[in-house]
Amino acid sequence: MPQNTARLRIRRGTAGEAPQYQEFAVPFEDGASVLDALLWIRSRSDPSLAVRYSCINANVCKECTIAIDGVVDYACTTRLVADRVMTLEPLSGKVQLRDLVSETRPPRERLR
Amino acid sequence: MTDLAADILIVGAGGAGMYAALSAARAGAERVLLVDKSLVGRGGATVMAQMTVAAALAEECPDAWQAHFDDTLASGRGLCDESLAALLCREAPSRIREMGAWGTDWARRENGRIAQVTAPGHSRPRCCYVDFLNTGPAVAATLRRQVSRVGAIRRVSNLTITDLVTADGEMVGAVALDGESGEAVTIAAKAVIIAAGGLTRIFQRNSASANMGGDGYALALAAGAELVDMEFVQFFPIGHLAPRLVGMDPIMWDPFRYKLGGRLLDQAGREFLPDYGSDETSGYTTPRDIATFAITKEIAAGRGSPHGGVYLSFTHILKSALEAAFGPVIDRLAKNGIDLTRMPVEVAPIAHYHMGGIAVDVGMASSVPGLYAAGEAAGGANGANRLSGNAIPEALVFGEVAGRSAAAFAAARVVNDWPLHLAADAAECIRALGEGRAGDRSAVSALDELRELMWRDAGPFRDATGLARALDRISRLKCALPDIATAPGRRANPMLADWFELRASLTAAEAVVHAALARQESRGAHQRTDFLETDAAWSRNQRIAMSADGVIAVA
Repeated sequence: MPQNTARLRIRRGTAGEAPQYQEFAVPFEDGASVLDALLWIRSRSDPSLAVRYSCINANVCKECTIAIDGVVDYACTTRLVADRVMTLEPLSGKVQLRDLVSETRPPRERLR
Repeated sequence: MTDLAADILIVGAGGAGMYAALSAARAGAERVLLVDKSLVGRGGATVMAQMTVAAALAEECPDAWQAHFDDTLASGRGLCDESLAALLCREAPSRIREMGAWGTDWARRENGRIAQVTAPGHSRPRCCYVDFLNTGPAVAATLRRQVSRVGAIRRVSNLTITDLVTADGEMVGAVALDGESGEAVTIAAKAVIIAAGGLTRIFQRNSASANMGGDGYALALAAGAELVDMEFVQFFPIGHLAPRLVGMDPIMWDPFRYKLGGRLLDQAGREFLPDYGSDETSGYTTPRDIATFAITKEIAAGRGSPHGGVYLSFTHILKSALEAAFGPVIDRLAKNGIDLTRMPVEVAPIAHYHMGGIAVDVGMASSVPGLYAAGEAAGGANGANRLSGNAIPEALVFGEVAGRSAAAFAAARVVNDWPLHLAADAAECIRALGEGRAGDRSAVSALDELRELMWRDAGPFRDATGLARALDRISRLKCALPDIATAPGRRANPMLADWFELRASLTAAEAVVHAALARQESRGAHQRTDFLETDAAWSRNQRIAMSADGVIAVA
């Protein structure tokens, strides 16, 4: 049974829009990751939240890189913290596409 | 709407897709388009391979591809397509040595020979690997590097193929959702290779990456191809359950079993595999189907661990031996609060690989002219239970053949007349979803329901009542597809791809359940509690087809 609550302040919106932040309260069990919480939000709270990930738990695809409290890190290996606000943002210096998804594709893998 | 054209379109850029692209270009194809829902060479299953790659390299002891073939057939419980299994085993050594020449750093013994370990089901040490738990990333990196050097291969990431397009029963192209713009892309192609992997993501407990939702099977079925052996889902017996681990794939205990043995224990600390006829005194020898059966039985009998699994213990292994075998991994475990010298971990079966897939001949051609398959997407080579270590060689070997076959087919095709009107419905579907649709159900929540019902009713143990209930619930979810909510907005809107994933996963799930319901026996990875015995009369493969009006049934 979930014992803790994480408070995630997530930057929402697409490039060019004024930055907006939305806070989510997410129940979690000890040891859960930030990516666990983002998937919980998509399932239970807001399916429109955009987040890039692929391997989910193996830390091999490296796609879930975001800024966590301003520090670049993997959502899949960063642990949640109870009762403290954690701010999640897309990578700075990359074009934001939507929410936590930024343009991280190598230039030669893009359509245009 | 963007229009692309290619000689060969490859759907999925894991090991099979990347190798198929290299092979097609080598065979003379000038325009190879390699696309992936995720990022090229980073999504899919290849990058997640932890350790074993089976090939009769004879580095440790005498071996021959025929011996590997015999072991593959025995593991497949009488259902392997022998010509595909022979192809896999015969060509595996060349592909593995080629990967070494391209820079994959296979683990070696002190004498310089490639190290090979004995995995369950193999008659001798045959499985090579890259330390530590790094086989998949190393293979994927090697292929990414090779692919990037070939000018004929165009790579596109975040492109989801939603529909294949046929004219007069032959492949002519595809329609795709561009994840960045949220708009439709049409692709004219003389040949298409599906290398989109398997369907394990449709089960609640799985070791899949995000894009293993069965898309390749759904695309092929809708295009008129047949699927084979869809009832055979490999449930990896010892998927990690507790305590919570981050940054490690849940199948990571397999390499520990290869190198160190380890003991499977019930809640009272008793070894239970001997009760199921499996004696592990000589090491890790229990095949995956039998171990999954034993563990599931123990849990059902109330002898499981607190989180609903069983214990896996290495407490009898010396700390120095653990560190010698897994060096940096021991540190990663420590960061997760796990000290194997002091405590067991909890493990339980987890959906890991799909034996079934698109029915193909030895040229990897499906029954639809111009449509090929490779890797996990292709069915048949592994029968009712895949032998450990056969997935990576299958990806490379079948990718090589598919690329060559598709290139020959494309070269012989005179016209590339793209009948745009045939793509209109699929493109309109993408456009309409991006307009936004009110509704009280999201695709993500419907996918959660699908995963829960597939795990409960079509998982390691099945019966007619549960499978019928699964079919009923799948058909209700299918009916709900037109009413699934999407938020308005196209750019990087995840709900568009979610909708297509749900549609594909429902098709794949239905194919699995129809095949499982029809097979009234237990064999390999397909275990029926209402038909406990293997029935010699069922030593045959089943095919699944979709009728013109979309009805999925055993062919």
